Amino acid sequence: MSSAKPTGAAAGAPVIGPGHSLASVTDQISKIVLSRQTPTGWFIGLGVAMLGVGVLITAVGWLLWWGLGVWGINQPVGWGFAIINFVWWIGIGHAGTLISAILLLLKQEWRTSINRFAEAMTLFAVMCAGVFPLLHVGRPWLAYWLLPYPNTMGMWPQFRSPLLWDVFAVSTYATVSALFWYVGLIPDLATLRDRAKSLVWKRIYGALALGWRGAARHWERYETAYGLLAGLATPLVVSVHTVVSFDFAVSVIPGWHATIMPPYFVAGAIFSGFAMVLTLAIPIRRIFKLEDFITMKHLDNMAKVILATGMIVCYGYAMEAFFAWYSGSPYERYMIMNRMLGPYGWSYWALITCNLLVPQLLWSSAVRRNIAALFAIAIVVNVGMWLERFVIVVTSLHRDYLPSSWGMYYPTVWDWALYLGTIGLFFFLLFLFIRFLPMISIFEMRTLVPATGEELPKKGLHIAASGGSSGEARRP
Amino acid sequence: MSHTTPSAANDAPRTGPWRSLEERAARVAGSEFEHSHAHEHEHDQHAAPRPSNALLSSVEVARRDFLRLMGSSLAAAGAAACTRQPDERIHAYGASPEALIPGKPLYFATAMPWASGALGLLVESHMGRPTKVEGNPDHPASLGATDAFAQASVLELYDPTRAQLVRRNGAISTWSAFLDEFSALLEAQRASGGAGLHILTPTVVSPTLHAQLVALLKAYPSAVWTQWSAHNRDRARAGALAALGGDVAVHPDLSRTKVVLSLDDDFLAGPGGVRNMRAFAAARRARRDTQSMLRLYCVESSVSITGAAADHRLPARPSVLAAVAARIAAKVGVATNALPLAPEHERWADAVAADLLAHRGECAVLVGLEQSPEIHALAHAVNHALGAVGQTLRYTEPVECASVDQGAELRALVGELQGGRVELLVVLEGNPVYDAPADLGLREAFTKARVRVALSLFDNETTQLSNWHVPATHFLESWSDARAFDGTISIVQPLIAPLYGGKSAHELVAVMAGAPNAKAYELVRAHWQAQHEDDDFESAWKRSLHDGLLAGKRFFARSVAMANAAPKLSTPAAEGLEWVLRTDDSAYDGRFAANAWLQECPRPLTKLTWDNAVLIGVATAERAGLSSGDVVALTIDGSRLEAPVWVTPGHAEDCLTLPLGYGRTTAGPIGTGVGFDAYVFTRRSGAWSGVGAKLERLERKHEFAPAQEHHDMERRDLVRTLPLGALDSAKVHPALAHGETSLYPPHAYNGVAFGMVIDLNSCIGCNACVIACQSENSIPVVGKEEVINGREMHWLRIDRYYEGDPSDPRVLLQPVPCMHCEAAPCEVVCPVGATTHSPEGLNEMTYNRCVGTRYCSNNCPYKVRRFNFLAYADLETESLKLQRNPDVTVRTRGVMEKCTYCVQRIQEKRIGARREGREVGGDEIVTACQQVCPAQAITFGDINNPQSAVSKLRSEPHHYGLLEELNTKPRTTYLAKASAPNPQLAEGKGEAK
Amino acid sequence: MAQIFHPSTNTLSKVSIFGGVFFVFGALWLASEINRSSYVTQAGVVRAQPVAFGHKHHVAGLGIDCRYCHTSVEEAAFAGIPSTKTCMTCHSQIWTEAPMLEPVRAAFREDASIPWTRVHDLPDFAYFDHSIHLAKGIGCQSCHGQVDQMPLAWREHSLNMEWCLSCHREPEKYVRPPSEVFNMNYVPERPQSELGPELVRQLHIEGRTNCSACHR
Repeated sequence: MSSAKPTGAAAGAPVIGPGHSLASVTDQISKIVLSRQTPTGWFIGLGVAMLGVGVLITAVGWLLWWGLGVWGINQPVGWGFAIINFVWWIGIGHAGTLISAILLLLKQEWRTSINRFAEAMTLFAVMCAGVFPLLHVGRPWLAYWLLPYPNTMGMWPQFRSPLLWDVFAVSTYATVSALFWYVGLIPDLATLRDRAKSLVWKRIYGALALGWRGAARHWERYETAYGLLAGLATPLVVSVHTVVSFDFAVSVIPGWHATIMPPYFVAGAIFSGFAMVLTLAIPIRRIFKLEDFITMKHLDNMAKVILATGMIVCYGYAMEAFFAWYSGSPYERYMIMNRMLGPYGWSYWALITCNLLVPQLLWSSAVRRNIAALFAIAIVVNVGMWLERFVIVVTSLHRDYLPSSWGMYYPTVWDWALYLGTIGLFFFLLFLFIRFLPMISIFEMRTLVPATGEELPKKGLHIAASGGSSGEARRP
Repeated sequence: MSHTTPSAANDAPRTGPWRSLEERAARVAGSEFEHSHAHEHEHDQHAAPRPSNALLSSVEVARRDFLRLMGSSLAAAGAAACTRQPDERIHAYGASPEALIPGKPLYFATAMPWASGALGLLVESHMGRPTKVEGNPDHPASLGATDAFAQASVLELYDPTRAQLVRRNGAISTWSAFLDEFSALLEAQRASGGAGLHILTPTVVSPTLHAQLVALLKAYPSAVWTQWSAHNRDRARAGALAALGGDVAVHPDLSRTKVVLSLDDDFLAGPGGVRNMRAFAAARRARRDTQSMLRLYCVESSVSITGAAADHRLPARPSVLAAVAARIAAKVGVATNALPLAPEHERWADAVAADLLAHRGECAVLVGLEQSPEIHALAHAVNHALGAVGQTLRYTEPVECASVDQGAELRALVGELQGGRVELLVVLEGNPVYDAPADLGLREAFTKARVRVALSLFDNETTQLSNWHVPATHFLESWSDARAFDGTISIVQPLIAPLYGGKSAHELVAVMAGAPNAKAYELVRAHWQAQHEDDDFESAWKRSLHDGLLAGKRFFARSVAMANAAPKLSTPAAEGLEWVLRTDDSAYDGRFAANAWLQECPRPLTKLTWDNAVLIGVATAERAGLSSGDVVALTIDGSRLEAPVWVTPGHAEDCLTLPLGYGRTTAGPIGTGVGFDAYVFTRRSGAWSGVGAKLERLERKHEFAPAQEHHDMERRDLVRTLPLGALDSAKVHPALAHGETSLYPPHAYNGVAFGMVIDLNSCIGCNACVIACQSENSIPVVGKEEVINGREMHWLRIDRYYEGDPSDPRVLLQPVPCMHCEAAPCEVVCPVGATTHSPEGLNEMTYNRCVGTRYCSNNCPYKVRRFNFLAYADLETESLKLQRNPDVTVRTRGVMEKCTYCVQRIQEKRIGARREGREVGGDEIVTACQQVCPAQAITFGDINNPQSAVSKLRSEPHHYGLLEELNTKPRTTYLAKASAPNPQLAEGKGEAK
Repeated sequence: MAQIFHPSTNTLSKVSIFGGVFFVFGALWLASEINRSSYVTQAGVVRAQPVAFGHKHHVAGLGIDCRYCHTSVEEAAFAGIPSTKTCMTCHSQIWTEAPMLEPVRAAFREDASIPWTRVHDLPDFAYFDHSIHLAKGIGCQSCHGQVDQMPLAWREHSLNMEWCLSCHREPEKYVRPPSEVFNMNYVPERPQSELGPELVRQLHIEGRTNCSACHR
């Protein structure tokens, strides 16, 4: 998808507002974290999110008590909301890795102000995603049997199963994302340590900063590590969702068994991921007065990425329909007709509206520069991508080969509760993050300051300034 | 079985935008099911059943939840790796019973009594607990097979809701207290010669009981014995008397028959159908070189499996049916009056008549018990005219020991009751208060008897109104005897001591005869000893117990001639809709309404579970603006009933079917309040059909639980039909031209390789296999809510498709067990290897390894896998534990299960063979579904052994695999349906598609 | 700016970072060890019984054959537990007064059963068949150990699935001539390495490792 990326982004207009000095950048970002008085809005937001977490806990408790029967799944629809939401969350996670890793290696400077919370978003999204595969099994307390470990049964897991590949793909992804995010945080944690007023906070940030002193050796190692992690994370962007798509592509079910799945899933992931970044970035820059750091430039670029990946996804839809017709298989043909005109037809057309029609508005630069419109479109895309997974999972399963076994799937309140619960968890973590950690990379922002012409006081920063490039140079 | 008491899970409604027009909205699972613990002490022969109340108090429910929680937390402990087993005890015998080898089942011959004659059984017994019922191959009514009812009878035995205590006016009492009062009452009767004494029994087919009653009536000359079974032979009897001057029963010999006309006779269904199905399937078996097969014409008002099996079926409401019968009779030269008939019906009747005439002496006309005496009489005349009598039909004396007009007897009894002349009424089983004709007013008159004593297996409508309720013994726990349809005598021998100290009818009658301590065993034995000619009774008795029947006891064929001319038929002026009453495929006459296995077993043609419905034809429903589930107010002859309709393709138009046996008010937690009670329309005339039904649509919907919701094959090549004589004309699917296209290397099958072939031309869809599988493999029942949610657990289902004109479609039936694919899609996707491939090609399901991802089920093209979404298996009700097959693991919550080809039977036979140093024979292993199948439609064996029956079938030209174009290489395969329609009617339906 | 951490924190942090790895693997190793320990498997743990029955005395001492009590071992899955009557065939003659045997006599008098504690107790989802193992030349001792040397019976092996598989995967290492299966002191007259494979061929031993061999 790098081809789909607006390469002109790095050049052209500055990606930081005018009149900023090193000090002002540092002040403005770090004060969000260090300021004594917390905005009441934050408390309200956190409270709402915590309600969501409460719902999550209730839903999980209820599920473990009664069993999977409390959900709407049945024969033939063995997978429902759990898998839909799992794929949706994993997809959302992608933008973070993409922005931080790939854009870093491609020296897309504009990424700097959004990568930090994009990465955080990735992390939290993967956490939410992780809830589902575990809970959707009939006997969660035995889920560890999916791990290959020496056991008294003298048995290994079944390595041909895509679900097993998922375990590895997702856990690797989670680990690397976490490391990447944390390593990136270290210099800023140090900054916070130095600027924090109370000793407690000094200690906390200090511990997290792992003794960072901004020494040349530190910067040198930092860049190596960061570059390596970026190199590691890049293939993951592709691999994770490819593997997730195998859950479907490897099966024999019409609507699942298609070679288009991997590219189409990856594109979809980035599509939804960027939409989510926009959904978060727009309010945040407003609330925390970060318009100077997250400029129109950023929003514009992200809108372009959404448009591009959106087109790829829609190509996927077109291909699905084409294959169904071209294959000549009555089952495939019935599947696509049933998708469009069957009992769940509404979901297919809603999906087409959300993912194909609405994003076309982004061709117009006027729309791309209209914050409200962007926000609306981003939300629509998120909904659309959820619907896409619903269509794939449910409409393929509910009518497969033997008409005698056809059925319907109706989610129950517990399906919804778990879904909303994870959304609550996501925002809960996000709120904590923006309150206690710098949501924008301070030191990297400072490297952008020279663009507004001011000489550098500190040596460390100079290296940091060239960090991106040196990381780039070392990439194998 | 599940006692569906609502739980908190009910609170979650299923709403939102997910509803679609064609499917009715479903609600979330809510039933409180019994829960699993994984222990079944097969070596513990001391597992005495503890009476367990199935009506759970809230406390009980709470306790269960706690246990459930304990269960999962124990499992969690398992996750923490320390799975230390609790100590287990082995209870050694005091003295080992001879012939019993711990862990090995024993088989005993017995019989299941029916009004229509006994069905001979062999019952499997594990350490003294009967677990599985099989047919007795030596018994003429069974021939080794059984029906669904017999399969489910073992659940009836262990039903925790059975009556367990002697009750006096509902209060707990004792047997001795009963004896005291009862003998006092009898003493009072003795003076008057029993003038106030009435005994009411179902149709008696037990010679011993009959003899006891006769003797009793000698002691009480003025006492009256009345027989009443709802589904009785009164009308056939009347017909025989009218035509032949004597009561005789008609037995077709289908093996010698080329053409059969069924006048609404469902002769393939129920206990009587078992032997017929065998002969019918044999006479229609289509193989490579088969040139002709028995042809069945069926005129019927309702829908039945017999109709579905017919080559030419004519849906006709009763009045039309009579007219058709009359025309056919006239055509074959029986003098009778003609009735107005539509031209297309005339065409049909003429074609049938021609075919019958063309097969003089090789044809038979059968009439259903429900038909009017006139039609019975007419049929006798037709059969005589066609030379069928003595050729394809045998006349014998009827099976009941005392052939009477039960309707008249019951009317007399009610008269006595209303006159207040009944002092002591003894009801020996049966449920007359529920199933007596509604306008007879038995319910009201019943309580006019001064003292009412009821012997009953369950608490029911009759016991509710009785002063004394004596718990009866189940036929699997008491001694008795019974005649089969052909007079064969079977000894009913118990498999287990009475679980709840019940009494048999023999014992109660003995009490009345002044022998309160007589045991059923001695009574039965004495009866036959008295009749035994030569001296060595002991060995004869032993042999008859072993064989399950007394040697040489049969009816002789009666030679009868037409006594009177054929009757004149009349059709009532039909205003409004016509209606027919029918016994139900699951509840029968209400006797099995409380049987969870049968309730959840999809009705053969409607596929409904846990309900009966007013069946209505497609066009009629359209005219009335009705769709399935609409509740209507039904008025017939002044009786009104509100009931939901089910639009039934193939049902006669302008006609309704009202299945009996539901709407029970006292049938335990399972049967109470299920469906509606169609008995309100029964009349003293004994009519099973009539005219003048009025429908009024109410703005209300009833939620049905159909096991199958889509009835069209969507032009997919699932159930094949090929013309007889051209069975090799099936076209090979292009996809198969590619041959082997698999990523993974094929399995090598060097030794035995198990496979199953199902002959769709033989399968009649009687459901016996479904229940047999449930019984053999301890498959739980999930309850109506869960069926609605699409979570039924049957490992073997029978798919039913309609083809052609919805008002009169072809019915295609297809049993679908696991296909045991050689390239199984389920195997590769299981992350933990819980479903794997055996060297013999079994697709193994290992429950204890399964974590429940359900990926296998999603990826199964045949959707034969079943998942325990909730804790379905009851592992707390003691009596139900006794029923379980100790050779099968009980599945817990969150585990996938499916057909295993009865791997426990495979292992038993295979280990036995290998112990002898040989490989298991090609046909040695018999699966539960195969063993029970009355039509012998299922064949199982070694497909690597060219001599095995299954490999021979696999080489038939019309052999094919379901969805074989997917290259799953299924081991379960099918033989296509063969069609040989009457050319004169061929352009209708019935020919190859 | 004042120090917020003591210099020692550096060491601590380094140790904790690397120590973490070892801790995790250590915990896993411990868990697996516990799971194989005799605490969980109860291997080698002498079980209390209602009557202190000594296999050593009856088998080694009196030379009673296994099948005298475990009657169905050759024909059924379950080896069989002797009925009280079996005990009394001898003990109505000898040791008739021994207080130790009172529970047996009591059980015999009341036709009650003696509730023995299972020593070899497989999970209910594992279906083991004694008869086929004997027929295919797996001796009692191979699984039950030197029962003739056990005063009170104990479980010789863990009965873990991996233990079952160790033989099912390589039966040639354990198989013996079927004539020798009841021999408690069997020693192969030829090296097992050549005798084993030969027997496996002769007896058509499959060493089944597919699931339904044991699980149904």
